[in-house]
Amino acid sequence: MTRTAAIADGGGIAAGTAEGDRAARILEAGGEVIACTVCDALHSVGAGPPMHGRMRCARCGSVLLRAPRGALDSILGGALATVILVISAVFFPFLEISAKGLRSAASLVDVAFAFSQGITAPLALAVILMIVVLPVTRAAALGWALVPLRLGRPALPGAKRAFRFASRLKPWSMAEVFIIGVVVALVKIGGMATVSLGPAFWELTLIVLIVALESTSLCEKTIWRMLEARSRS
Amino acid sequence: MAHAGSPQPVLTARAAGLIGCATCGCVSRPGTAHCPRCGSVLHSRRPGSLSKVWAWWLAGLIAYIPANLFPMLESTFLGRRTDSTIVGGVVDLVHHGAYFIAGVVFFASVLIPVGKFIAVGYLAYSLRYRVQLSGHMRTLLYEIVEFIGRWSMVDVFVVAILAALVNLGFVVGFRPGPAAVFFALSVACTMVSALSLDPRLIWDAVERDVPDHG
Repeated sequence: MTRTAAIADGGGIAAGTAEGDRAARILEAGGEVIACTVCDALHSVGAGPPMHGRMRCARCGSVLLRAPRGALDSILGGALATVILVISAVFFPFLEISAKGLRSAASLVDVAFAFSQGITAPLALAVILMIVVLPVTRAAALGWALVPLRLGRPALPGAKRAFRFASRLKPWSMAEVFIIGVVVALVKIGGMATVSLGPAFWELTLIVLIVALESTSLCEKTIWRMLEARSRS
Repeated sequence: MAHAGSPQPVLTARAAGLIGCATCGCVSRPGTAHCPRCGSVLHSRRPGSLSKVWAWWLAGLIAYIPANLFPMLESTFLGRRTDSTIVGGVVDLVHHGAYFIAGVVFFASVLIPVGKFIAVGYLAYSLRYRVQLSGHMRTLLYEIVEFIGRWSMVDVFVVAILAALVNLGFVVGFRPGPAAVFFALSVACTMVSALSLDPRLIWDAVERDVPDHG
């Protein structure tokens, strides 16, 4: 991890100049300037982040920019895993339990519809959005915006809008939170019934968790720089 | 996670008379309405951030009350129905000797939500009034709250999974209780509350509290 040089107040660039003048000088000094989105500190980008590292803000320590290649791979990997997991769990019962000769199985739709009666009905809609609709929509938007970048091609039309949309959806798309819910529920059920899970379930769980962890270090600022560089408009 | 040992005065976009985009970090001249890089609406500091934080925070707190009073899960075991609230469920688990699961549930449904109210409230308070915590600790707190917020929804999913899956006729069955709705509402409100907080305001406050260590 390297730390970039912040533009020090009064040092080098604009000592003693009036504010507007100072702003103009910073923008016209050549070389890209970026503002930290957490604390607003200005940094000159210079040569950019190192191949396998990240640039951090000199003031608050949050990540400013990441190496582009790794950033894209982790996002697209997460998107693919989410789509596979969600779609397969919508159509097939992904959980099955049995006790005393009785069997019961559930798919994602069954889970959401557990809330379909009485006062909890609105929650059924919210749950289907959070665990099915939004994760798949977000993954599709990310694919549209970022697959061409990964392949070294120019961005598709509407790529910026797609990526902005995906960022908005991020907090509300809860496929990986749901996976933890499954694990907790299974532990609770464990005492009273036999639970059967296919190996595919565990593989996908693992992928989603790894990628969920990885994507917390996702750097939107890095992606935006790439999108800008590759957009035709 | 090594942070700068010797604090240095740093020029912010606002102090330089510029606007930094909250989404992509692109720097623009004042008067620019939309970010040229990502198209977001540009604000040096998000307007009304603090009042939005408090409004959603309060809404979340209000929803959290019925979430604890009503039953979260109605379980039927051999024809006998038991309603359990969030805390009641934890107590039941302790009585059955399932200390580990009781701990997990207590952590996810009680400690995290309550901790989140305190953390967001503290950060919002720090924007107006002087507090002791260093800037890095405030940022860490903000990042933890932002990261952990959505994970509280786990509880709602657990209730849904149990109700959908465990339906073995007369032997055992679960039904979601009304508390699930209020709990989900409370989590959503606190998420919006945390998302409404412009982190740059936190650092403006740090600069005010500790002038040379901004």
